[in-house]
Amino acid sequence: MANSKNVLFGLYNDDDILIDAIKTARNQKLDIMDVFTPFPVHGLDPALGLAESRIHIAGFVFGLIGAITAMGFMSWISVSDWPIIYGGKPYWPVLSFIPITFELTVLFSAVGMVIVFFTICGLGPGVTAKVLDPRITDDMFCIAFDVSNMEENEKAGLQKFFEETGASEINQKSI
Amino acid sequence: MGSIISPIREPLVTGNKTYNQITEDICAPTERAPSISWVIAFSVANVLAAVFLFTSAWTIWQGVGTWDLNRTIGWGWDITNFVWWIGIGHAGTLISAILLLFRQKWRTGVNRAAEAMTIFAVAVAGQFPLIHMGRAWFAFFVFPYPNTRGPLWVNFNSPLLWDVFAISTYATVSVLFWYVGLIPDLATVRDRARGFRKKIYGIFSFGWTGSAKHWQRWESLSLILAGLATPLVLSVHTIVSFDFATSVIPGWHTTIFPPYFVAGAIFSGFAMVQTLMIITRYVLKLQDYITIAHIESMNKVILLTGTMVGVAYLTEVFVAWYSGYIYEQFAFYNRAFGPYWFAYFAMMTCNLVSPQIFWFKKMRRNLYVTFIMSIFVNIGMWYERFVIIATTLARDYLPSSWSLYSPTWVEIGIFIGSIGVFFTLFLIFVRVAPVVAIAEIKHILKSSGDQYLEKQKEYVQKQQFSEKN
Repeated sequence: MANSKNVLFGLYNDDDILIDAIKTARNQKLDIMDVFTPFPVHGLDPALGLAESRIHIAGFVFGLIGAITAMGFMSWISVSDWPIIYGGKPYWPVLSFIPITFELTVLFSAVGMVIVFFTICGLGPGVTAKVLDPRITDDMFCIAFDVSNMEENEKAGLQKFFEETGASEINQKSI
Repeated sequence: MGSIISPIREPLVTGNKTYNQITEDICAPTERAPSISWVIAFSVANVLAAVFLFTSAWTIWQGVGTWDLNRTIGWGWDITNFVWWIGIGHAGTLISAILLLFRQKWRTGVNRAAEAMTIFAVAVAGQFPLIHMGRAWFAFFVFPYPNTRGPLWVNFNSPLLWDVFAISTYATVSVLFWYVGLIPDLATVRDRARGFRKKIYGIFSFGWTGSAKHWQRWESLSLILAGLATPLVLSVHTIVSFDFATSVIPGWHTTIFPPYFVAGAIFSGFAMVQTLMIITRYVLKLQDYITIAHIESMNKVILLTGTMVGVAYLTEVFVAWYSGYIYEQFAFYNRAFGPYWFAYFAMMTCNLVSPQIFWFKKMRRNLYVTFIMSIFVNIGMWYERFVIIATTLARDYLPSSWSLYSPTWVEIGIFIGSIGVFFTLFLIFVRVAPVVAIAEIKHILKSSGDQYLEKQKEYVQKQQFSEKN
């Protein structure tokens, strides 16, 4: 992203305090930009109201492509391109094709899903992490608000929210 | 995290850890200068890896004739080593995938190292079919690609080709699974590092920030990858067993092979995890994360799978007798009383008899016993493959073609060297990446950390006390 954002964020030192703070923020209808945690916190998604991830759809679609590719390719070879009888089996021995079909289903599904994951998250080698605070990957839990277009009194409201919900530090940074 | 855990459960993280301490403890080995013991171990592993390079190069240069294989015994130490290493490469994915699906929290302490071990073992295993081809530079012939020979395709009916697909898929999926899990932890190392190190870890952590949505997708991805890897890990050794089971050799042509191979693979894989983790936890001072409870759990798996393998051995013998088929009967008579009887008894003792010691809790929780046992199992499982492969081939249908086989120095060098390659890779890994999954340990801290369990216990006792009065 070319234009940087001005971010006001609070750091909490415990995940339970974080969850409570998020609930308070949602009650006050505050527009949370993002929440950063050092590990997947249990109950964070419902508290934030995040819709369930749909990455499994990608897994299914890629798996299907893998299965069709494998079965189709092997069938085309053995029926049409170069039919050979192996050990008296028919030209199209479906049972013999199952192991490779299975393997390619898994392979396509896994590789496809991982690529989709990195793409939609915008992650990859060479991506510079927009780190608000290095302790977020250690033991700090962070709620961030985008304050680029905010009035001073709105900012003060957020400040107050952080203080009331037990944030141990409040900082501002542009990323 | 309000997940309720029975207070009688053993803690999986000990020593009153805070989130920060977990980061400190686990990142420390990657940040300090290597210890003397690491340097010595690494040098030895390097020398052995050099032996591997030399003996493989010798094989490729001179030809497979430098091995003692002959027309009767076409597979010897090479395929024995291949199956052995592939088997060892089963524990990692089993621990991370199947135990994730079963929600076994103790997996978090050992999954990272076990997965790394899997990848290295599979990488080593892959070398054996390659050099066994003789003309290794034509190895790409195994893949179906449009070629100028017709195009003449590979034989999709052959279990050997299924193996190519199974092992390449397994290697790829294991690497993906491992690396996706590693990214948040590499980000942790990145945020602690300075200068050049920060740059390197910045590249390898893919710009991870720990955003809530990313974590959600990450968890979802891990779960589905686990769901995919579970049947995959079972399929890999099933297909390896097909290499034997679809043949017409007595002693190989049995339907029991797939489950028996899978159980054996898990058995040997866990043994290798024990061998490595007992040393690693001590050298890297990770006893608070890889506790005796973890070791005991793995010993239970070893006991179970060892007994399954043992039952399979006895079933084979019984079925050979019960079938009334003399060739099958002879194959098993030959295994136990033929020229390679010692291999059969080594296999029986190490795999069936010795794991029974783990019925005793004291033994399961004893580090020395566990370590010695893990070595026993490694040896026993190697002998199992030798018994299945070389012993069976040495005495086939026609006595006129009976033969004997003993490895040459080249084959011995390749085997010993392959252990060196494996340890070289593992020792590099413990230096550059967190050996224990940091984020996952933090995730279970509030449900399985000792201080939280203690609180839970006090709470339950108070509750019971007030109910009584």
